[in-house]
Amino acid sequence: MKFEEPTSDNLFDRAMVIGKATPRIDGPLKVSGQAPYAYERHDVVEDQLVGYPLGATIGRGRITAMDTEAARNAPGVAAVVTTLDIDPLEISSFNNARLFGGNEVRHYHQAIAVVVAETLEQARHAAEMIDVTYEEEEGNFDLEKAWQNGLGTDEADAETGNVDEAFASAEVTLDETYRTPDQSHAMMEPHSSIADWSDGENMTVWTSSQMIAWARKSLAETFDIDEDRIRVESPFVGGGFGAKLFLRSDAVLAALGSRAAQRPVKLTLPRPFIFNNATHRSATIQRIRLAAGQDGRLTAIEHEAAAHEFEGGGNEENPTNLTKLFYAGANRRVKHHDVVLDLPESSSMRAPGEASGLMAFEIAMDEMAEKLGMDPVEFRILNDTQVDPMNPDVPFSDRNFVDCLKVGAERFGWSDRNRKPGDTRDGLWMVGHGMAGAYRGAPTLTSGARVRLERGHLTVETDMTDIGTGSYTILAQTGAEMLGLPLEQVTVKLGDSRFPASSGSGGQFGAASSTAGVYAACVALREEIARRLETDDVRFEDGNVIAGNKAIPLEEISADAEITAEDTMEFGDFQDDLEIGTFAAHFVEVGVHAATAEVRVRRMLAVCDAGRILNPVTARSQVIGGMTMALGAALSEQLAVDKPRGYFVNHDLAGYEVAVHADVPDQEVIFLDTLDPAISPLKAKGVGELGICGVAAAIANATYNATGIRVRDYPITLDKMLDRLPETF
Amino acid sequence: MRPFTYERALDPVSAAARAAEVPGARFIAGGTNLIDLMKLEIETPDHLIDVNGTGLDEITVTEDGGLRIGALVSNTDLADHDVVRRDYPVLTRALVAGASGQLRNKATTGGNLLQRTRCPYFYDTAQPCNKRAQGSGCAALSPGAHSRQLGIIGVSDACIAQHPSDMAVALRVLDAVVETMTPAGDIRLIPLKDFHCLPGSTPEKESVLMDGEIITAVYLPPPVGGKQAYHKVRDRASYAFALVSVALIRHPDGSGRVALGGVAPKPWAMDEADAELPNGAKAVMAKLLEGARPTEENAFKIRLAERTLAAMLAGE
Ligand SMILES: Cc1cc2nc3c(=O)[nH]c(=O)nc-3n(C[C@H](O)[C@H](O)[C@H](O)COP(=O)(O)OP(=O)(O)OC[C@H]3O[C@@H](n4cnc5c(N)ncnc54)[C@H](O)[C@@H]3O)c2cc1C
Ligand code: SF4
Repeated sequence: MKFEEPTSDNLFDRAMVIGKATPRIDGPLKVSGQAPYAYERHDVVEDQLVGYPLGATIGRGRITAMDTEAARNAPGVAAVVTTLDIDPLEISSFNNARLFGGNEVRHYHQAIAVVVAETLEQARHAAEMIDVTYEEEEGNFDLEKAWQNGLGTDEADAETGNVDEAFASAEVTLDETYRTPDQSHAMMEPHSSIADWSDGENMTVWTSSQMIAWARKSLAETFDIDEDRIRVESPFVGGGFGAKLFLRSDAVLAALGSRAAQRPVKLTLPRPFIFNNATHRSATIQRIRLAAGQDGRLTAIEHEAAAHEFEGGGNEENPTNLTKLFYAGANRRVKHHDVVLDLPESSSMRAPGEASGLMAFEIAMDEMAEKLGMDPVEFRILNDTQVDPMNPDVPFSDRNFVDCLKVGAERFGWSDRNRKPGDTRDGLWMVGHGMAGAYRGAPTLTSGARVRLERGHLTVETDMTDIGTGSYTILAQTGAEMLGLPLEQVTVKLGDSRFPASSGSGGQFGAASSTAGVYAACVALREEIARRLETDDVRFEDGNVIAGNKAIPLEEISADAEITAEDTMEFGDFQDDLEIGTFAAHFVEVGVHAATAEVRVRRMLAVCDAGRILNPVTARSQVIGGMTMALGAALSEQLAVDKPRGYFVNHDLAGYEVAVHADVPDQEVIFLDTLDPAISPLKAKGVGELGICGVAAAIANATYNATGIRVRDYPITLDKMLDRLPETF
Repeated sequence: MRPFTYERALDPVSAAARAAEVPGARFIAGGTNLIDLMKLEIETPDHLIDVNGTGLDEITVTEDGGLRIGALVSNTDLADHDVVRRDYPVLTRALVAGASGQLRNKATTGGNLLQRTRCPYFYDTAQPCNKRAQGSGCAALSPGAHSRQLGIIGVSDACIAQHPSDMAVALRVLDAVVETMTPAGDIRLIPLKDFHCLPGSTPEKESVLMDGEIITAVYLPPPVGGKQAYHKVRDRASYAFALVSVALIRHPDGSGRVALGGVAPKPWAMDEADAELPNGAKAVMAKLLEGARPTEENAFKIRLAERTLAAMLAGE
């Protein structure tokens, strides 16, 4: 099925199941420990061995020797495969850093060996016995230096109007530089796989992946084998945030270990590997210039940024992407520099580009509002646009940013905010209020599904994944809605390469795309039922199919044999002529300790515009999860680069400080009642990445409002404010 | 983790004797620090002597009106003890500011004193670290290294690691005494202020305990009264080690005692600094942190310590 034009009124506008607050259908499995996560799938294949990886301990260079004798002779060891034992593996079309093979070391904790043994303890101990000799090379790990060298060089990526003239003649201007650090996905479940490649022929991988089809294709390319010989399963994923979009070394090492030991091998990346072996969000440096008239209308915007990437590419963190679209203004120039550094591979992390871009841009907007003497809410309302400002023929399909701002201001009590920075106290705490806008695109990807109706029970099968987002539930809701069944009569099976290929989960495209895929399959099923009833006028209600004035229970229709249908939703080109996006306004209250400069967030409000909300329970959970992640980004998360050695030093969860429960205050989420007919038949857009966008800047702005100290260098830790606080308190 | 053997000791005398007798033996109490370090092969004992069955898990009031805290008393039980909450509130506050509920349930009084530094280079066996591998160098001291969390005073050219314990800072301000038993069966009483060693050129030696010596208890002197407070400063609200922590006892006449955590290889306190309390935080810190030699990344700790104490004195 092809989605060729914006949808009109349809059954989802009279929905019985879709849009209703529905607890996760997979919740009981999860809380009772029965949801099968990759590393714990003891039942899928017998005789599993355990693999343990060894990581390189230099940032760049080559391996001259590896002594594995002790490891091979250690108790319980079944196989040792080192990077010197095999030719460099192909780099798949989804990867940039090579995952294994050859003597070259390109980043710290690059996998250089896998030890396979009967137990984890044996494998880990044997891995420690491997003696590696390196020839170290000097690497380039310094983004700051690259930024200084690159600033102002090369042509703009996009430009309209006459920026220089607009700045020269502007009444009010701003020119500031902002920094965001390297960040880790730090998801709860590390990358984990069980691989069975015992015969060196057919490969099955039970893994933790956001994208089944990509994982399979990557495995095929990496090992140069036919995709048909590979099966991938990932029914449950303990968090991904982009870290599990692409094949990682866990699956590769498990497969190599399995081939060598001729038995299935399971392997999970030790926590330190998550930071240096796997991917991360690149640090960014961003210079933002704004120009406006006294009336508050933006006349010019310039955004120049740099982030780092692995040689060959992969960086998705382009903070200037959104700047082309978010606010009005006739003159605009954006430029992004991707700088090649020898750090581990940077790649997609929740809202890549938008997250870091808005961390900076929404502070700049706050600073500009202050220069103009305007309420930052009013300033944003004034500069709203309903068309692509660089391409005014392209309208937004449905943009309700202004409503987000207005509803948020009202619900937060913005008019009662602290107005003069540093003016409100609560004992030793300085109290401040801040806000920010948020924008994240709403892409769609082709998505397929198969549905089976048997004795009135519907089973949905698609290789879609649920990375904690609630896919199981919204797909069940979609199936139930389409067939007029109660939710209990729908089973959803996900994450298996034997099922039709879906969009997968990422880029906040999953919810919109995969529900559309299930919709398409259900339409096909309904047509098949209609065909069998020899009519084309059918309705599905209360477990019945109603043809004319006859109501036939679906149970009866599918009593003898299962009825199946399969289809794939493709999204038409008309979407390219529109800007389809999601929007939000964030409002935050913080307290800053007057003596120590510790920042603690007191309350947070998000107002979101993301089309139809398929399930308010799981959507809210996505947004507050994003807000929490952004809280960490604002105040504590930072991968510390050791510049001489070229690696992220704080490579555990004690050193890389994500927000913990005690950091998370009252969080409220309001979804505007909006519909976007241009996105899909369900008129629903994703929210998973919208939730992280803009939040950190709202916290930064509130911190400024509390203290009068502007920090433009995330995370906003106390040492950056301490010597600027008043001497007495 | 290296393979090791394991036994349970039933009393401190035999525990200490066995520890001296079996090569490469270590005590294990809650295991919350030791096992993590063993997994990473930072600690590689050949033999573990489990001291959980030694009966050292009681808190009793002593004849002089002080408190004897068995070395195996958990951090949770200690924090929750009625007498501690009433008479030594700074200790309860410090304990509950540490780690997490689950960890405190397992962590013991003796183990907490002997927990090792959280220097990130100590934790990565591939990096030079004098404390972990004598003579290999100190990664944290090279230019461009990450030293934000580390010590600023009492440190040396060999090592700038900080002691991460919160409990020990409160014990220091309370003038606690550590009771031990030597392998020969002798009891030693070691004031907490003398218990931990400064790194000098031997950062691997962290306490004055001799081989096989077991901690049996910690004594608190009779209650000193005063207003007691513990302020732990960190980037996130919980589950993080202190950037700086301040334990304070303050009497109505303005006199009192101060100890700092997060800044030194041991809880940091000094009588001369305490004497300055009536003159305010600046005066106290001028004495207490005299001769501090921070890195560029952690120089803020000086100002932070001073401001934290000032806030506490201001009656937070
Ligand atoms: C994630 C995490 C966060 C933490 N956060 C904090 C924090 O914020 N603040 C804080 O103060 N602490 C914190 N801790 C540390 C925690 O307090 C210690 O791990 C704990 O107190 C150690 O006690 P244990 O009984 O488990 O010691 P073990 O791990 O059993 O032993 C530690 C050491 O003490 C020795 N030992 C134990 N008992 C005796 C004895 N009776 N005599 C002689 N030697 C002995 C052992 O041989 C070993 O060398 C944290 C720990 C973790 C894992
Ligand atoms: S500061 Fe001490 S613990 Fe840290 S690397 Fe240096 S020697 Fe090792």
